[in-house]
Amino acid sequence: MSPLLLGVEEEGQSRVSSPSVECISQNGLGIREWNYLGLSDFCSVDSSGVPDDNGNNLNLKATELRLGLPGSQSPERETEHCFLNSGKLDEKTLFPLLPSKDGICSSSQKSVVTGNKRGFSEVKGTIYTEKKWMGPGAVPDSQSLQPVSHGKYSVAQASVKKDGPANVIQEQPCTSNATKVNRTDISNNSSAPTANRAQVVGWPPIRSFRTKALTTSSKNNDEVDGKPGPGTLFVKVSMDGAPYLRKVDLRMYSTYQELSSALEKMFSCFTLGQCGAHGTPGKEILSESKLKDLLHGSEYVLTYEDKDGDWMLVGDVPLEMFIETCRRLKIMKSADAIGLGK
Amino acid sequence: MNYFPDEVVEHVFDFITSHKDRNSVSLVCKSWYKIERYSRQRVFIGNCYSITPQRLIARFPGLKSLTLKGKPHFADFNLVPHDWGGFVDPWIKALAKSRIGLEELRLKRMVVSDDSLELLSKSFPNFKSLVLVSCEGFTTDGVAAIAANCRFLRELDLQENEVEDHRGHWLSCFPESCTSLVSLNFACLKGEINLASLERLVARSPNLKSLRLNRVVPLDTLQKLLMRAPQLVDLGIGSYVDDPSSEVFTKLKAVIQLCNSIRSLSGFLEVAPCCMSAIYPICENLTFLNLSYAPGLQGNDLTKLVQHCRKLQRLWILDCIGDKGLGVVASTCKELQELRVFPSDPFDAGNAAVTEEGLVLISAGCPKLNSLLYFCHQMTNAALITVAKNCTNFIRFRLCILDPVKADPVTNQPLDEGFGAIVRSNKSLKRLSLSGLLTDQVFLYIGMYAKKLEMLSIAFAGDSNKGMLYVLNGCNKLRKLEIRDCPFGDVALLEDMGKYETMRSLWMSSCEVTLGACKTLAKKMPSLNVEIINESEQLEFSLDDRLLVDKMYLYRTLVGHRKDKPEYVLLL
Repeated sequence: MSPLLLGVEEEGQSRVSSPSVECISQNGLGIREWNYLGLSDFCSVDSSGVPDDNGNNLNLKATELRLGLPGSQSPERETEHCFLNSGKLDEKTLFPLLPSKDGICSSSQKSVVTGNKRGFSEVKGTIYTEKKWMGPGAVPDSQSLQPVSHGKYSVAQASVKKDGPANVIQEQPCTSNATKVNRTDISNNSSAPTANRAQVVGWPPIRSFRTKALTTSSKNNDEVDGKPGPGTLFVKVSMDGAPYLRKVDLRMYSTYQELSSALEKMFSCFTLGQCGAHGTPGKEILSESKLKDLLHGSEYVLTYEDKDGDWMLVGDVPLEMFIETCRRLKIMKSADAIGLGK
Repeated sequence: MNYFPDEVVEHVFDFITSHKDRNSVSLVCKSWYKIERYSRQRVFIGNCYSITPQRLIARFPGLKSLTLKGKPHFADFNLVPHDWGGFVDPWIKALAKSRIGLEELRLKRMVVSDDSLELLSKSFPNFKSLVLVSCEGFTTDGVAAIAANCRFLRELDLQENEVEDHRGHWLSCFPESCTSLVSLNFACLKGEINLASLERLVARSPNLKSLRLNRVVPLDTLQKLLMRAPQLVDLGIGSYVDDPSSEVFTKLKAVIQLCNSIRSLSGFLEVAPCCMSAIYPICENLTFLNLSYAPGLQGNDLTKLVQHCRKLQRLWILDCIGDKGLGVVASTCKELQELRVFPSDPFDAGNAAVTEEGLVLISAGCPKLNSLLYFCHQMTNAALITVAKNCTNFIRFRLCILDPVKADPVTNQPLDEGFGAIVRSNKSLKRLSLSGLLTDQVFLYIGMYAKKLEMLSIAFAGDSNKGMLYVLNGCNKLRKLEIRDCPFGDVALLEDMGKYETMRSLWMSSCEVTLGACKTLAKKMPSLNVEIINESEQLEFSLDDRLLVDKMYLYRTLVGHRKDKPEYVLLL
């Protein structure tokens, strides 16, 4: 099963996401080879239950969130249409590349800024190319959909910034829906055309108002069918010291305790990553037992930004109210959190 | 140059109402410019950043009606981050300070605050009409201010806005003395309202022609409202759920028979299909039917209803009507001009609800069709070619195949030929949206044939810069071009920079345009604002010219850089 780093809350997947962090830290120590696609062999070991190791390696690599070039340069894709690949596949790089000389900027060459947001153009190119090579019925399979996740993540992030709770609730569903369904697509790993429609931000082009209204209507008319859909509320979660943010779906939790546990699991990789087997001296080493204390007040506090832009301590108001007003979450170090209103 | 006194010329100008014509008239000579500007009452500003309110006020002191549009179209689909802009506040403040006697304000995709609404309501004693479409940023408190303070309010029309509902009593804020309402649309509000207040309001509004309710207004209130306002022309039903054997429902059936002025029906936000039969008597006269927010109606219900609507000119419906249902529409609604088929389940890879078959049936049965918005699961070239043969009057043709880059499932070819046929045979085409698998060829066709095209939306299409160049070179009337996820880059962008001055705006996202090219463009064309939207939070906004830009929005403007840009927008 290929994991998505984008707002995935399940335990198994957050474990799999950790290798990327470890890869980064380990690479700094020169212990593991960072291959171009951003995964070391270590990472593939973690993907349990994967029948086709090679295929899913690619999936993992491609879905990995990292700085630099997105994974359209899997070995298979190298053979495909030249306009996608400039051939500079041996460079591991975190910096922008020159556009290819023929003037057409290869979708493979992205800047750090935009690399994560290339989104569908890579996929589109890949899809089209695969169509050329694979003939009829060539429909995006999950492999080629990997880079989509990059695009959606970044844009979805931006969509979280909202003024009012209404906006938070309403704006989220479309993007979160896109992310969520894509995850399903990828984990299905099937190439059935209809089951695997690429889910991209802003596609299909329907006003978000309409999408939300239809969902509400559907629910009221007893047509709830439990699909992942616009009834989600993803907010960003940042943690001091973590190299990247995560996202959680606030609607998935019915108590603060559940939310707290989910966040613990999600961010355990960062704290473990800091110690690990190659613990760097001078850094705080958090043991596993301390993980549990993460959100119980000893090392960190969980705070949130409400619709007025104020940083508040999580836990004061009823969960419903919290969900309505929360724009994003932040796991702050206790030291920094002095002064948050109680 | 004038052979007539100014008053005569002005009187002649009174008959010229279209914005385009008035704009043309003002360019003839200084004298006409002056006469025109003093007599102009209605102004349309398609991009609120193309001009400042101060300049507007200076030029048109007699302004009574203002239409403003803010965010780019793709903001509807979450492609524009929050806080990008489009604030109406500076406009209302400036107008309030001036001596403009504003009577009508129509806003689309703008950010409106409660304070703005309150200021609006208190600054213009003759204010009559407020229309907000796809706006956000306000709550029902702002709406309450409008209700309370605009003594001669005729129209309050809220369409698809994101309104924070404080469940207050905004409706009760209409004073008892307010009897001037002609149009009231609050279908997009989600919260409770005081039903008794609503009934009283409707009862004291003899001129009420258009009433669109939200989902909390139950059927028995509807019945009472219709009793008070049988003269309604446009009705939006909120909740339409009841037991067909109930007394209330019987009363409703009776009162509906009296409402023979209703020409436009929408809503059904909550609906019990068994109650639909009560509507049949008014179906005969309907010219506009909007069931696109009524997922509670299944294909059969829709088909049965549509069979009664012989005079229908505009139909907005969900795709659960199915191809068969569209066939019924085709055989019943011979006057049909506009059809919009929305997906009931956009993200589900479920059963194909409508396909190319439905569209072909419609094209064959409805010769007057000129406007189409069609979401479907697949389309074939053959179908499009048939549609092009059957319908040559299209003004708007928007086709969205839910699976991006999907080829013709029968031939596995791109849909170039199909769309090519559409543009070739529909010479009056003004607006076109493409989807499916498309190569540069379709753009060649568009450039060659779509000579009247004003707005083009492209996604996941094309192979190279040539595609975009065909369009820019061929479509002389192009005003708005929006592109996402296409392999168009610097060469296409910079080929004809002057072209953008003839257009309102260009949007390119997830294409292959570099920062350097945008800078070049901005430098060479000072009359354009080139905005780069960078949403990355963690990475520094590096100014390396080789960066591929994620989102670029450029528009012509007379007033240079805007002052209200958020942090993540880079103005070149």
